[in-house]
Amino acid sequence: MLFSKVHGIHVKHNKFTANSSPERIPTPALIRVPTQMHIGAPAVPVVSVGNAVKIGTLIAKGMDGKLSSPIYSGICGIVKKIEEVKTSLGTTTYINIESNGENDIDESVVPPTITGKEDFIEAVRLSGIVGYGGAGFPTYAKFNVPDGKIDTIVVNGAECEPYITSDTQTMLLEADLVIEGLELVMKYINVPKAIIGIEKNKPQCINSIKNAIKNDNITIKPLPALYPQGGEKVLVYNTTGRIIAEGALPLNHGVIVINVTTLASIAKYIKTGMPIVEKCITVDGTSVANRKNVIAQIGTPVKYLFDYCGGFKTEPKQILYGGLMMGNAIPDMEAPVLKQTNAVLALSESEVKIPEITECIKCGTCYRTCPLGLMPFEISRAYKLNKPEELEKLKVNLCMECGCCSYVCPANKELVQQNKLAKGMLRTYQNSKKEVK
Amino acid sequence: MSKLLVSPSPHVKSGNTTTKVMLDVIIALLPVVVASVFIFGFRRLLVIAVAIASSVLSEYFFELICKRKSTIKDLSAVVTGLILALNLPSTMPLWEVALGSIFAIVVVKMLFGGIGKNFANPALTGRIFLFISFSSAMSNFTSKYDIISSATKVDTLTGATPLEMPKEFLPSLTDMFLGKYNGCIGETCKLALLIGLVYLLVKKVITWHTPITFIGTVFVFSWILSLCGMDIDPVYQILSGGLFLGAIFMATDYVTSPQTAWGKVIFGIGAGIITVVIRQFASYPEGISFSILLMNILTPYINDWTRKMPFGGKKQ
Repeated sequence: MLFSKVHGIHVKHNKFTANSSPERIPTPALIRVPTQMHIGAPAVPVVSVGNAVKIGTLIAKGMDGKLSSPIYSGICGIVKKIEEVKTSLGTTTYINIESNGENDIDESVVPPTITGKEDFIEAVRLSGIVGYGGAGFPTYAKFNVPDGKIDTIVVNGAECEPYITSDTQTMLLEADLVIEGLELVMKYINVPKAIIGIEKNKPQCINSIKNAIKNDNITIKPLPALYPQGGEKVLVYNTTGRIIAEGALPLNHGVIVINVTTLASIAKYIKTGMPIVEKCITVDGTSVANRKNVIAQIGTPVKYLFDYCGGFKTEPKQILYGGLMMGNAIPDMEAPVLKQTNAVLALSESEVKIPEITECIKCGTCYRTCPLGLMPFEISRAYKLNKPEELEKLKVNLCMECGCCSYVCPANKELVQQNKLAKGMLRTYQNSKKEVK
Repeated sequence: MSKLLVSPSPHVKSGNTTTKVMLDVIIALLPVVVASVFIFGFRRLLVIAVAIASSVLSEYFFELICKRKSTIKDLSAVVTGLILALNLPSTMPLWEVALGSIFAIVVVKMLFGGIGKNFANPALTGRIFLFISFSSAMSNFTSKYDIISSATKVDTLTGATPLEMPKEFLPSLTDMFLGKYNGCIGETCKLALLIGLVYLLVKKVITWHTPITFIGTVFVFSWILSLCGMDIDPVYQILSGGLFLGAIFMATDYVTSPQTAWGKVIFGIGAGIITVVIRQFASYPEGISFSILLMNILTPYINDWTRKMPFGGKKQ
């Protein structure tokens, strides 16, 4: 069945930092770099305690033969400690590097020589670039497709999450790099066409990108300012009209989806050979004294970012990686900036309200709001009744966890959280069914 | 620094609550209450007050006795009491009004698990309960708008609603629209009910599907019957009885009506057909409550039938 319109929510944009050009924060005394920032296998440390490293030195290589991504040092100094840290996502190895105050660049940082598709994909792999849309999918893996299979590249410039403006900065200040990166991808992966999706509430970004485009095989598609435009399925549908089928990836539909900042990073790496060691990050939230965009080394504990922004005007109650809709709350200020971090938000007590959860009144608002037309209230019921066969019919596996259902629920049910749990229940059920067969 | 809060996303909420939804319904009903009191006098306010008070108190005491968390502040009991009162004639003895409220809340709502769990609309089932138990009180519509003058008054027609009247006594269409005729407290003034409908639509509390298809079906079906030679006027059919009140405020009850758009349409059409069938072919003059109740029972099935395949989903 064809969808006429993908639904969503009008959540307050809060793009206060849209005009704040990123400022580089002073080199932190210590960075803590986790070896698992991307989807796939963790990177394998190649340094040991006491090793001297420079900016751009490889500290952990991508696991051989697996989906993985290498990691480089963002500062010049000495490996102080390699430790196992328990996080909400499991145990991860952290490499701690202490700065020596210098800014020496590793000798290995030279622009890569690229002659063809293989070289290009290898270069993107070595750059350590992962998808900046949020999930951190290693970018090179998206390019491993047979020639001629992809006809369109969809570029994600939606930035639909409240507060975050780091992609906006890329589009305003590095529009040329975005287009350069896009043209490189189109050239080496052999894709004839590209569509850049940008929300209509960012006219200055649309203009900036428009001025940078030199070929007419690259077009801009203004998107409605409706969260979640940046969701992969929503974006592909709104730019190309294609519906990504259950269990399929965009490439099965001839599409590669790639974020604007990812493209700019590819262009920078091909030019300079400097891998991903730093990131533009929006520092905002009601508790932050001076909200702004900053450039920080990957692994920088978030407290340095807040310190640079003048500390807190009110005591923060919650610190988030990413936006209000899909961001993760972090337990302490020592948590580091990750490759795919695009914002850190410090929310004050007033912004962190945990409302009282009441009974579902079956108003159906979650169903009417869901961009994918799922029925969160039915999923929640089936999950509580432990009925995975019901969940299979309700297609909970399609849920992209955008959180619109939880946002609108008048009973304040944690619907998206229940969807995530229900997805797990369905996976277990489907795996056990496969085993029986 | 105090401990940071770790909670699952999203970290922002729309701020909508069940209480706000219920408050919107109450606001939408205010024009009806005002019009009714203005047209028919203050006794109606008394009936409304008794119905609301007994609804809220019975929910409060039920939860107290069952050691459950009190839910009266979600205002759903107020809505139940208010809608029940609007479904009653103003002459109803107050103890019967209270009994109807208690039945609606305790038997129809709380015994099934409270808000969100009942399968039938409490106010409407309360009305049916009173209708069956006290049928004479339920059809005693004496008011200052007794259209039939004392000279022509026949016993069997005392206080009849337009649905039971011979044609020559029918009020004008304007009076029917403004509510200047006999009927239940909240049924008569169509203008006030329409204002309520517009308010609910603007505030996005309800969608247009059920009210429009319900009223539309009654009109079209009556019109078809009149073409078949039956003595039935489609305009009077939609303006009389509790059709507007039922279609706008009871058939749209979240808990007991379908959530899908097509489900709402089927609900409206089904209720419309049953209403006309009861009005024309059954012994009751009015069929709104029964038609909605029957559709309430079908709701889970309608929801299943009209379930849409989510975006990108494949049939198994």
